[in-house]
Amino acid sequence: MIMPMTIRAIKKSEPSRLKAATIRIGAIILALITSSIFILLLDLNPANVYMKMVQGAFGTAYRARETIIKAIPLVITSLGIAIAFRMQFWNIGGEGQIAMGAFAASFVALNMSDMSKPILLLLMILAAMLVGGLWALIPAFFKAQWGTNETIVTLMMNYIGLKWIMYLQYGPWRDPNSLGFPKIANFTENAILPKLMGVHIGWIFALLLVAAVYIFLNHTKKGYEIAVIGESINTARYAGINIKRTILIAILLSGGLCGLVGMIQASGVNSTLSVEVTGGVGYTAIITAWLASLSAPVILVVSILFAALLEGGSYIQTVFGIPESAALILQGIILFFVLGSEFFVQYKFILVKNQNSVKKEVV
Amino acid sequence: MEALISFLAAAIVAGTPLLFATIGEIITERSGNLNLGVEGMMLMGAVMGFMVGMMTGNAALALLAAMIAGAFGALIFAFLTITLRANQVVSGLTLTIFGTGFSNFIGQPLVGQIAPEGIRLFFRPYTIPVLGNIPVIGPILFRQDAFVYLGYAASILLGIYLYKTSKGLNLRAVGENPGSADAVGINVNLYKYVHTLLGGALCGLGGAYLSLVYVPAWQEGVTAGRGWIAVALVIFATWNPYKALFGAFLFGGLDIIGFRMQGLGINVSQYFIDMLPYLVTIVVLVVVSMKKSKENAPPKGLGNAYFREER
Repeated sequence: MIMPMTIRAIKKSEPSRLKAATIRIGAIILALITSSIFILLLDLNPANVYMKMVQGAFGTAYRARETIIKAIPLVITSLGIAIAFRMQFWNIGGEGQIAMGAFAASFVALNMSDMSKPILLLLMILAAMLVGGLWALIPAFFKAQWGTNETIVTLMMNYIGLKWIMYLQYGPWRDPNSLGFPKIANFTENAILPKLMGVHIGWIFALLLVAAVYIFLNHTKKGYEIAVIGESINTARYAGINIKRTILIAILLSGGLCGLVGMIQASGVNSTLSVEVTGGVGYTAIITAWLASLSAPVILVVSILFAALLEGGSYIQTVFGIPESAALILQGIILFFVLGSEFFVQYKFILVKNQNSVKKEVV
Repeated sequence: MEALISFLAAAIVAGTPLLFATIGEIITERSGNLNLGVEGMMLMGAVMGFMVGMMTGNAALALLAAMIAGAFGALIFAFLTITLRANQVVSGLTLTIFGTGFSNFIGQPLVGQIAPEGIRLFFRPYTIPVLGNIPVIGPILFRQDAFVYLGYAASILLGIYLYKTSKGLNLRAVGENPGSADAVGINVNLYKYVHTLLGGALCGLGGAYLSLVYVPAWQEGVTAGRGWIAVALVIFATWNPYKALFGAFLFGGLDIIGFRMQGLGINVSQYFIDMLPYLVTIVVLVVVSMKKSKENAPPKGLGNAYFREER
C-alpha cells in the first residue's frame, strides 16, 4: 500500500544567520536568472549585460564616484524609512519629505546667501531636517490621534510636496535670468556642500548616520520602544510606553533624515532646487530598507549595491540601448524573490502521513 | 445648468478608471489581502490593453489582455503573500515598482501613439434608450461609452455578490476571520487567490480605460497616481461597492475641476488645483478615521497572512 504523504511547512525555532544569508543570496541569484529571460527576449547576452553593468558602476574611478553619489541619498533615506518601518509605520512619503527638505534648504540658500559658508550650510541642514520632519509629522499626528492610515496619507503628501516645488519652479521662484527656461536660480558658492576625495561630504554624513541610527535603534530606550510598538501595540501599551509620543518622535526623526537628503541633493548635487531633486529615491529607499531587514549597517551595503544597479542600469542603456525602465523591472524582480525567500528562512518542510486519507480508507 | 450637466458627465468619465480600480481593491481587501500594487496593476493593464488594441484593433481582445495583465500582477502578489506569507505592504509596493517598470518597458515603442480608430469608435458615447432621455440624469449617466456602463454593471454585480450570495458571505467571512472560515470548511486560500486575481483584473481594466478611452494614447505613467487614490477610495467607500460608485465619480470631478475653472476664467494656479484630489483624499481619510464605527471598519483579517498551523 502506498502511504499518502503531504508536505507541511512548520516554523523554524531559530533560523540560523548563516542559513538565512545563504537563502537570501540564493534568492538574488534566482532573481538575476529570471531577469536573464527578459534580457534574452531583447536578443542580448545576459552575462554580457550584467558584466557591463558592473563595469558601468565601478569600472573607472569616475563611475565609482558617481555610484557613491547615487548611494548617499539612498543610505540616508533608507535609514529614515527603517526607523518608521521598525514601528510598522509605513512611511512611503520619503519623496515628499525629501522635496520639502530641499525646499527649506533652498529657501535659506537663496535668501541668506550673504552668510559665511559654515553657518549657511548649517542653517540649510537644520531647516531641511525641520521641515522634512514636520512634513512627516502631519500623517504621524493623524495616525497617533485617530489611527488614520499612514500609508495613503504619506503617499498623497508626496504628490502635494512635488506640486509645491513645481509651483515654485514655474511661478514665484522662477529665475528671471534663465531666459524663459523654467528653473530656479543656482545657489551661490557658499551654499554648496564642499567635496572630500572627489565626492561632496554627504558621504561622511551618511556614514555617521549609519552609526548613529544603529545605536539609536539597538542601544537606546527609545529605539527599543519603537521596536516594541512595531511588534505589538498592545504589548507596548501594557509595558507603559507612551505610544503617541514615541510615534511622533520616531516619525519626526524619520522625516528629518529624508529632509536632510533633500538638502544634500539640492546643495551637493544639483546646486539648485527642481522637481527632479527627489529622483525617486523615496521609493527606491523602501526597497533597500526592506532588503536590509531594516538594519542600519546592512542598509549601507544594500544601498551601495542598489546605486550600482541604477548606475550600471543607465550605463547599459547607452551601451545596448536597453530602456531605463529595465532597471525598475530588475529591482522589482529582485525584491519579489527576496520577499518570497523569507518564507524559506522562517519555515522548514517536513513530510507527514496524510491522516485524513488514511481514515477514509479505513471507513 | 448646461455647463453643470456637461461637467458632471465628464466627472463620470474621469471617475471610471478610479471606479474599476476601487472595486477591484474592495474585492481584494474583502478577502483579507491589502494589495497596495493597484497603481502597478493598472499600469500593466493599461499598457497590455493598449498594445493588444493596437495590434488587433479589437476592443474585446484589448480588454481581455488588460484583465489578464492586471490579474498576472495580482498573481505575483497572491503567491508571495498567500502561499509564501510575505509582508503584504512591501509586496504591494514592489508590485507597483515592477508594474511601472513593466509598463514603461513594454510601452517604450508605443509612446505618443493614438489608440486605433476602431476602438475609439467602439467606445464612443451611446445614448441608452428611455434612460438617456430622462432630464438631467439622462445626459449625465446614460449618454456615456460602453466602458462606463461596464463600470456601473461591475459595481452593482459586485455588490449583489458580496451581500446577497452565499459565496459573497463566505468571502466576507474569510476577510473577517479566516480561522473561523476555515473551521466551517471554506477553502480560505482558494478564496483569497480567486478574489485577489479578480481584483487585479478589475484594476487592469481601470488602467485600460485610461490608455484606450480617456487619453486615448500611450504615455508613460498614464495612471498618474490614480491607483493610490483608489486605495484611499476603498476606505472612503468603507469596502462597499455601491458607495464606491459615488466616491469614484466625486473624485473624477475633482480631477477635472481645474480645467473647467480655467475655462470659466477663474484664475487659480494649476499646481494648487492639481493638489486637490490628494488633499481631499487626506481629509476624507482623517474624517473617516475620526468617526470610527463598526460598520465602517475594515475587514478584521486585513493585512495578515493566514496560516492554518499557527491559528
